[in-house]
Amino acid sequence: MIHRVRKLSLSLALIAGTLAFGNPSAYTLEEFKFEQPGQHEAFRDLIAKLRCLVCQNESLAGSQAGVAQDLREEVYRMMLEGQSDEEIVTFLVDRYGDFVLYEPPIKPSTYILWFGPFIFLGVGGYLLFRTLGRKKDEPEEDLTEAERARLQRLLAAGGDKQETIK
Amino acid sequence: MTTITPPSATAATKAATKAKRRALIPLAIFMALAALLFYGLQLDPRKVPSPLVNKPAPVFELESLDDPNRKVTNEILMGKVSLVNVWASWCPSCRQEHGELMQIARENDVQVVGFNWKDTRPEALEMLRRYGNPYVVSAYDPDNRYGLHWGVYGAPETFVVDGEGIIRYKHIGPVDRNVWETTIRPIVEQYRPQSS
Repeated sequence: MIHRVRKLSLSLALIAGTLAFGNPSAYTLEEFKFEQPGQHEAFRDLIAKLRCLVCQNESLAGSQAGVAQDLREEVYRMMLEGQSDEEIVTFLVDRYGDFVLYEPPIKPSTYILWFGPFIFLGVGGYLLFRTLGRKKDEPEEDLTEAERARLQRLLAAGGDKQETIK
Repeated sequence: MTTITPPSATAATKAATKAKRRALIPLAIFMALAALLFYGLQLDPRKVPSPLVNKPAPVFELESLDDPNRKVTNEILMGKVSLVNVWASWCPSCRQEHGELMQIARENDVQVVGFNWKDTRPEALEMLRRYGNPYVVSAYDPDNRYGLHWGVYGAPETFVVDGEGIIRYKHIGPVDRNVWETTIRPIVEQYRPQSS
């Protein structure tokens, strides 16, 4: 019991600590101010399409990593300078590689990524239909004379007597 | 029923062999897939290949860490093979590789250039004072102004830059004896100017 109370109070203390001191650097998109309407949305959409290299499953929009903040500021600065989305994306790809894009470009090294699933689907579908087709073509096996005679015997017996398997 | 006629026996054996081979196909596919996935497990997703390899090092101009009045630019990279080592005092892996960098700088004809990244001057200098300074100079980039242009996304990172200022290799993570001997050193030797 005491153990449980201690555990509970520890949890509460940790929660309180997190609430009080947690993540002072937490960012909000509000700090990026735009004058024209729609620009803030465009900014938000753009950084959502870019990957944070530190926490690789987060976009630049969602990441709290320091490098992500630096890149957000760079994207913001470039947008204020009036650069297009393409220019900003090219700038980042030149420095960090295609990895910064959540949607990789279609080029020889990514063909297998883009078309692989369709190839597998095609091969799988072909094999499936071929197997199904062959099953149908195979003739039903006929009973042999001996089996036919035994079947007749069983039917004539009316099923009352169970034949024991020998 | 005395003997089995040879032709049908061969046909039967052939059919049996064929059926056996076919049965092995799923196993072969499974093994190929397992090999592919096992290879995938060996890859470190944190090691993102740099598009800057075999391109000129991005232009930079930063203060020197130990002297705010001194500028460090690309000029430092000219004429010698350099290791540009991105480091910071807050980064444990940098401390881990520090001894190795000291040894590399001491024993090899390669200049180690520091790229102090997102750090503070007092803390960075304190680390060099305590553990030694392997760098001919350290560029001081507290705000990630040029780190961004170099595609830096963590510390430590080490670039091999040849005498013409072209990036030849990027290593992500700490440099240890093994990395130096098997990976970085051969590249350094390869690009060393012929005169020396």
